[in-house]
Amino acid sequence: MSILILADHHDGHLASATAHVVTAAQQIGGDIDILIAGQDVQGVAEQAAKLDGVARVRVADNPVYAHQLAEPLADLLVVLADDYSHVLASSSTTGKNVLPRLAALKDVAAISDILDVVSADTFKRPIYAGNAIATVQSADPLKVITVRGTAFDAAGETGSATIEAVDAVIDNALSSFVDERLEQSERPELSAARVVISGGRGMGNGENFKLLDGIADKLGAAIGASRAAVDAGFVPNDMQVGQTGKIVAPELYIAVGISGAIQHLAGMKDSKVIVAINKDEEAPIFQVADYGLVGDLFQVLPELEGKF
Amino acid sequence: MKVLVAVKRVIDYNVKIRVKADHSDVDLTNVKMAMNPFCEIAVEEAVRLKEKGIASEIVAVTVGPKAAQEQLRTALALGADRAIHVATDERVESLAVAKLLKRVADEEQPQLVILGKQAIDTDNNQTGQMLAALTGWGQGTFASKVDVKDGTVDVTREIDGGLQTVALKLPAVVTTDLRLNEPRYAKLPDIMKAKKKPLDTKTPEELGVDIASKVSLLQAEAPAERKGGIKVGSVDELLDKLKNEAKVIS
Ligand SMILES: Cc1cc2nc3c(=O)[nH]c(=O)nc-3n(C[C@H](O)[C@H](O)[C@H](O)COP(=O)(O)OP(=O)(O)OC[C@H]3O[C@@H](n4cnc5c(N)ncnc54)[C@H](O)[C@@H]3O)c2cc1C
Ligand SMILES: Nc1ncnc2c1ncn2[C@@H]1O[C@H](COP(=O)(O)O)[C@@H](O)[C@H]1O
Repeated sequence: MSILILADHHDGHLASATAHVVTAAQQIGGDIDILIAGQDVQGVAEQAAKLDGVARVRVADNPVYAHQLAEPLADLLVVLADDYSHVLASSSTTGKNVLPRLAALKDVAAISDILDVVSADTFKRPIYAGNAIATVQSADPLKVITVRGTAFDAAGETGSATIEAVDAVIDNALSSFVDERLEQSERPELSAARVVISGGRGMGNGENFKLLDGIADKLGAAIGASRAAVDAGFVPNDMQVGQTGKIVAPELYIAVGISGAIQHLAGMKDSKVIVAINKDEEAPIFQVADYGLVGDLFQVLPELEGKF
Repeated sequence: MKVLVAVKRVIDYNVKIRVKADHSDVDLTNVKMAMNPFCEIAVEEAVRLKEKGIASEIVAVTVGPKAAQEQLRTALALGADRAIHVATDERVESLAVAKLLKRVADEEQPQLVILGKQAIDTDNNQTGQMLAALTGWGQGTFASKVDVKDGTVDVTREIDGGLQTVALKLPAVVTTDLRLNEPRYAKLPDIMKAKKKPLDTKTPEELGVDIASKVSLLQAEAPAERKGGIKVGSVDELLDKLKNEAKVIS
């Protein structure tokens, strides 16, 4: 068996998610290569080469891959895939965008968001907003899989893989990059943070999200949100936690003014410790919370910030 | 231009599903079904394109059992002009759906195909990307804005770090994210009118697609339940528990 991992990276940094995908690959077993596709990504390749268990880092450095567009990335993977039994990526928006396209081009199924490796052809994955876990077995010659990062530990960084250039040249007449508006934040990435504090509709408006800032500063936390808070325009889309947003599993998750709809729970219920702050004692979030505090967030948050 | 919209019949998003006692699958008996919420957004976007004079005709397609015609009627009530039901009682995975949609696209020659980003039953998030691969078209997934121009479409995508806009050559495939629009409700007179709109039925065999999947479902199990926690009476008690019991803060 041999496994190719499509790495996630941005601004010259390998995303932490990729180290988690490497662990999933180790559980499948076999030689592990990582593909870094992008522009000016030598530095990313060097970071990837340190990941434990990786044999080779393959680097496709070309402007056509600069913005991770699905069309050229999938075409590149088609060229490379013949040497592999598995192609993996994290369940990032890039992984979800590119891997199903690759799978269809290879006429094989894609298996989304695996949580567990049972064997090289059998995997567990959540369905119905995580209310059931399916065990699926693939008889396809190539397995194309996205991996839920929070379900696997990160691989260590003591390796020294070889770095090789990929010379396949792909052109892309189907799509082009127009622009990007990336949210700037000094805080840790949501999916990698040790502590996440999320606000919901109960926050009332975007300004009030500042009430979470002080606490997040003290705890080194990332800030998340419910769909309702994003839809209402309180905060940007990249903060949405849930079935159809980001999946988090921090040591500590603090849900503030969030009712606990199944779609939200799907994104955070694997957190180690859950705290809920809500003025409605009947809110479903309390059913999954280890510690529930019934109260008005506008009183609780300032007090909490003062005492943390 | 013609717009094709793919809609899937799924469980209502408010329903919390249970697995069958024998763990063979989830139990769908007597469960309320509805149009996948992301497909509602897809239909709405198509209808808005028609209202703006950009789309000339909207064709709604579903793959599924006879009952899925209900969701086609909903799409017709919301403003689709025609519907195509690809009838099968089999479990159809995303790749097979994409192949069927590809055949429909070959016949219909749309300029734009709009799908949901994800079906809330399988949570696959694959079909649109696969259809784009099979047609050889560009893909604008997780769209929060769709701006059709002359021969191209600009799609703003919700990505992990924020938003990205790409320009795609038409024809193209778009999949919808939650912020693309807010779907309207069907009005009673439109629901009545929808009953008379054309609905064609085809089978996978007629379309020449083998829908058998190489992926089999071995079992479905309930996720690990969280043990119910406790309510604390004050901020001080909460901090004490977090420090001394859970030991997640110091
Ligand atoms: C297809 C689909 C996908 C979805 N995906 C997601 C997803 O990925 N993530 C997600 O989060 N949701 C998702 N949803 C939405 C989900 O169903 C809920 O609507 C949403 O999670 C509700 O957000 P909320 O809890 O912030 O708002 P509400 O349900 O309105 O809850 C607000 C809570 O705040 C409390 N509150 C109000 N004021 C105060 C106060 N002063 N102090 C303390 N508490 C207060 C209230 O008691 C209430 O419990 C999805 C829905 C659909 C249909
Ligand atoms: N059986 C189906 N019939 C019609 N459209 C479907 C079907 N399955 C998936 N789709 C479309 O593909 C989208 C994404 O589904 P999936 O990739 O299965 O998560 C859905 O929102 C639909 O637009």
